[in-house]
Amino acid sequence: MSLTGRLSTAVGLFLVAVALIAWSLMAFLRPGTDGGYTDYTAGHVAGAPVNVTMQSVGQIGSGAHPTWVSYLQKNPTTGQWIHDTSMTLPADTVIHMTIVQYDSGGPLRNQVWGQVTGTIGNDATVNGKTYRVYDSNTGNGIGHTFAVPGLDVSVPLIAVSGQATNICSAAPCGASSAHNTITFSFRTGAPGSYNWQCFVPCGLGYLYGNGGPMSTINYMGGFLKVVA
Amino acid sequence: MTNQTTNSTGQVHHIRRMTVIWIILSIVADVLYSIFVAAHIPPGRLTETAAKDQTDFNILIEMAIPVLLGVWIYLSYSLYVWGDKRNPNEAFSGDAARGNTKVQASWIVITTVTVLFLAGFGTWALVVDHGSGGGQGPNPAFAPAGALKAETAALLGRATWSPGSTNVLPVQVIGQQWKFTYRYPTFGGFESSQLMVPANTTIAFNVTSLDVIHSFWAYQLGVKADANPQVNDVAFTTTKDPGTFIVRCSELCGIWHGSMYNNGAVLSQTAFENWATTTEAANAANTALLPAFAWTYVPDANGASGGYYPDGTLTPYSPSEVYGAKQPS
Repeated sequence: MSLTGRLSTAVGLFLVAVALIAWSLMAFLRPGTDGGYTDYTAGHVAGAPVNVTMQSVGQIGSGAHPTWVSYLQKNPTTGQWIHDTSMTLPADTVIHMTIVQYDSGGPLRNQVWGQVTGTIGNDATVNGKTYRVYDSNTGNGIGHTFAVPGLDVSVPLIAVSGQATNICSAAPCGASSAHNTITFSFRTGAPGSYNWQCFVPCGLGYLYGNGGPMSTINYMGGFLKVVA
Repeated sequence: MTNQTTNSTGQVHHIRRMTVIWIILSIVADVLYSIFVAAHIPPGRLTETAAKDQTDFNILIEMAIPVLLGVWIYLSYSLYVWGDKRNPNEAFSGDAARGNTKVQASWIVITTVTVLFLAGFGTWALVVDHGSGGGQGPNPAFAPAGALKAETAALLGRATWSPGSTNVLPVQVIGQQWKFTYRYPTFGGFESSQLMVPANTTIAFNVTSLDVIHSFWAYQLGVKADANPQVNDVAFTTTKDPGTFIVRCSELCGIWHGSMYNNGAVLSQTAFENWATTTEAANAANTALLPAFAWTYVPDANGASGGYYPDGTLTPYSPSEVYGAKQPS
């Protein structure tokens, strides 16, 4: 083979190798399919509060990762539970959140997440009872948190008992399964994109519990797109 | 060519001419840089560390400008004077640099002096600025006066600080996927997602992590320290006037790495004390549930190695490491 031919082959193989490495890296880093943003702004009257309902489940029960822990969101139009964790919200608006917690839990890695912050009144309710701080070393512990770092919102979701006989095994979960209903309100503030996430390392089987569902959009985190 | 610099034989002194051009342009460029650019170079002057960083950067840039101009002038001069248009009948024109002892000696001397000066200057800046805001590990070699005393007091729960005090203020930075939180041992050990520090005070940042490697980078403060699990990485700075800054994680740490940032502020000493005491009171119920203040914490009970809450009786995170050899007796 001529020198030119050998050089061309070497360069070609090098480019193929680079492309394969780049493709592998992108596939590894890709956070997952974004199901889009559920819109809470359609028909919204300025100043009126917005109601958002979510549920957190121990395992989603279907899809590519049926054993993964996940959040779901109730479509405000159809009332159906959807596996989608991102939403479009109006700016400077009070959001009334209701999260139905179906998962068990335990002590927090960092108890700082046991304190409710950034909500209106810096408190939340669990089954109608107000709380500001929850000792995660007691009771059923904390299952997950709903936290929006950019808005300083952080709410611990008090877990259900892991010994309960009616633990939900597949989403969407219903009222017959063991659950806690957590409510709180916060204000969206200025337009922008805010990420939210769970701060409980609940990615079972992954490094420090923060891989898998903790690192995949539409499971334990998402975005709040706040628009004017 | 009536205005060319020539020797007694009528030959042009190209080197001398280039040197004159280079000196004039370098002085002009450095003066212009000092007047119009230097004050705007990051990281600003929010702390003494940042101010010294800015000064260091400006010194380096003002040294680099003549180097850059030297190359550009040499190249431009050569292209102009010895280019084809002016020397159409010569395949190679101009003076040969190869074998020119003066040129070679000048190059060696100038570059050697420059590099040695920078090495000496960098070492001097590192020492006199107590580490220049970089993390120095658990046993900092360049600790400011009073730092060890304050750090020891923090570990024993006896640290004090009030407006007008000259005490070093320890602040613990805890990295976790994906947020920094901050503990203030001087104020009961409360932990907050907000970072506030008082003006005109030396701060000892004690940086650690509860999971993977993060990096605490408050660039307007001139502070950058890795946050490693089970390691206390200490960095010092002394604040100046009140202002705001941004903290970013500068170690790729997972999906929300890009969102791992927060705003912070240097407050007046009175305002800081008000904030600290107010937050201490507001967080008291949760502070009581936190582990005792320690330099590092072991998060192995919850989630590490895939084990999720294997033992509910374990302390969520517990003291694991002392302040190196400087542990109080």
